[in-house]
Amino acid sequence: MRFTLKSAAAALAMTTALAAPASAELTGDLRIFFNDQNPAPRAAMEGMVERFQEMHPELNIELTLIDREANKTQIRNYLTANAPDVNGWYAGNRMRPYVNAGLFEDVSDLWDGPMGEELASTRPALTLDGKQWGVPYTYYQWGIYYRSDIYEELGLTPATTWEEEISNCQAILDSGRKCYTIGTRFLWTAGGWFDYLNLRTHGYDFHMALTANEIPWTDDRVRETFANWRTLIDMGAFIDNHTAYTWQEAQPYLVNGQAAAYLMGNFLVEPLRDAGMTDDQLGFYQFPEITPGIPMAEDAPTDTLHIPAQAQNKEAAREFLLYVASAENQTIANEVLGQLPVNSNAEVADDKFIQAGFEMLSNATGGIAQFFDRDADAEMASAAMEGFQEFMVMPDNLDAILNRLESVRQRMLED
Amino acid sequence: MAAPITSEPAPPPARGYWRSNQMRIAPWLFLAPGMVFFAIYVVLPIFQSFHISLYRWDGLGEARYIGLQNYERLLDDPAFYTSLWNNLRWLVLYLLAIPGGLFIALFLNQQVRGIRLYKSLFFFPFVISQVVVGLVFAWFYNPSIGLLNPILGLFGAGPVNILGNPNTVTYGIIAAGLWPQVAYCMILYLTGLNAVDPEQVEAARLDGAKGWKMLWYVILPQLRPATFIAVVVTVIGALRSFDMVSVMTNGGPFGSSRVLAYYMFEVSLSEFGFRMGYGAAIAVVLFLIMMVYIAFFLWRMWREERGY
Repeated sequence: MRFTLKSAAAALAMTTALAAPASAELTGDLRIFFNDQNPAPRAAMEGMVERFQEMHPELNIELTLIDREANKTQIRNYLTANAPDVNGWYAGNRMRPYVNAGLFEDVSDLWDGPMGEELASTRPALTLDGKQWGVPYTYYQWGIYYRSDIYEELGLTPATTWEEEISNCQAILDSGRKCYTIGTRFLWTAGGWFDYLNLRTHGYDFHMALTANEIPWTDDRVRETFANWRTLIDMGAFIDNHTAYTWQEAQPYLVNGQAAAYLMGNFLVEPLRDAGMTDDQLGFYQFPEITPGIPMAEDAPTDTLHIPAQAQNKEAAREFLLYVASAENQTIANEVLGQLPVNSNAEVADDKFIQAGFEMLSNATGGIAQFFDRDADAEMASAAMEGFQEFMVMPDNLDAILNRLESVRQRMLED
Repeated sequence: MAAPITSEPAPPPARGYWRSNQMRIAPWLFLAPGMVFFAIYVVLPIFQSFHISLYRWDGLGEARYIGLQNYERLLDDPAFYTSLWNNLRWLVLYLLAIPGGLFIALFLNQQVRGIRLYKSLFFFPFVISQVVVGLVFAWFYNPSIGLLNPILGLFGAGPVNILGNPNTVTYGIIAAGLWPQVAYCMILYLTGLNAVDPEQVEAARLDGAKGWKMLWYVILPQLRPATFIAVVVTVIGALRSFDMVSVMTNGGPFGSSRVLAYYMFEVSLSEFGFRMGYGAAIAVVLFLIMMVYIAFFLWRMWREERGY
């Protein structure tokens, strides 16, 4: 930890600013575009706005909720014309097109203060070209959610090694069920499988080099990852017809006990609970080790808030981001979200899955990846995830798929 | 204008420009708003697309001139050929809507109590938005909850995963698209049948024509205008088949149901699409394909107006 006189002074200034908000009264409008309309995120965001409003009664806050998928295409319109003061987006390479185009405000000044220390774990994910471009408000773990009652019935325990995972899967298949449910219609679910297989087969550094286009897709190490995947595919471990389902449409297979596990992010828990599953039926375990000795790295996508470069009220926007990042807010907001706070001083909710995720990520010595479609460039991400889906249906096409991905990579290097 | 030949006194000398040219200018004035909007929203974007297709541009930052490179890359892009091939399938199979619509129109063209109700029920699919049609068919095909597999099961066939299988997915989407398109062709033919001359039918009947011969030699020639319009709208409908693909499969599985219009959207405007120049190049190719048909239709119309 680097603790200089300057940062101490900044820390002092910041804490007094937070403790006595009346000292610099914010006025004018603060327009926030938030990218989730689902019940929990909506309630969390509305709570943040409400508390911030109480601290700054003179400020006129206007919150607009945009559908998560719609925001992914609308962002380029609103960042270039009629920009809000704060907008929701994602960490990692997903920021790059907007950072390169100069549409996101550089907020490194916020990170230089004590906030930077408290959010240190996600600093790399918010950093591009040596500067920080936003502030995280939540993140969540990925891992294997499994039916503990089925495991109990079959006398299985969650695997910690690849051999155990495969022998467990065989036992589940023998009982007339599928090992994993998945819906690949929107492709990204297959990206989760690739992330974990690649992180466990070759480790974090290799995975990051691959997503940064530094390693050819035709490399033998990439083939090893796919060979591990193929072991499961050839066993028939995944549900049939997964190309026709969305990730939500794949849930009933787990709920009805036709499949025993689901590799997914922690946002899976809420719909499963709504579907009537209890904590006695549902368990969570870390994706098992494949190559012995490789430090465990995890996927933990971080959701973020940014200030558009064309924002009108950047002063209020900065103040809002500081509040969003604060330990107090992250404790409350993530309790509502059912996810993990990024601020190291925030408290983690007392929930079985959130606690399990917190413990797993605190011990993720290998590193924290964002997710395939946030680590890789947009064009590579869409081509590769399409290839993953094809591989899951027609594993014999692997050579053609890898050659295609390699030609995309070559073209991107040329550009 | 020619001078009046009558022996009237000469026209008053001070006639304004407007008065003397009123007849010539008025039609242009009425056309002007339409022409202005057509130029801004149709003609200009065509040239803009050509222009953008020569650049590498992510839609946000600086555009860089790269000449014809986007077109060169199209030629080695397997996804482009998949889309082109699917467009061809759409073109051919979508034309089935025309005999289908004709058949239903002939069937409904009778005087029975309540026939208006039946006609409107048959027309109903065309009134529903394409997006809704796509959703309904996607549920129908869904291998776990859809109706299709239980129905096939009654005949001992199936189960099938139409939208998840690269070999069947395009046909599944075209079938969904045909449902409203048949209704559209039906209504075109129903109006056409109203104009069929009963005396000619009577005369043909006296000559002993019936069944297929009556249809082929007497009815169909009189339906030619309706057939012409049906072909035009069906071909154009097939080429711009975007909404169904987007709603039902997003071009999947692994891109096997893409058509050119969808691929263009995908590379330039979708979640992961930042290649405006490449998308514009696809748009230009699609435009040139459409141009072939449009030119053909315009030529036909021009020929008919001249009375050949």
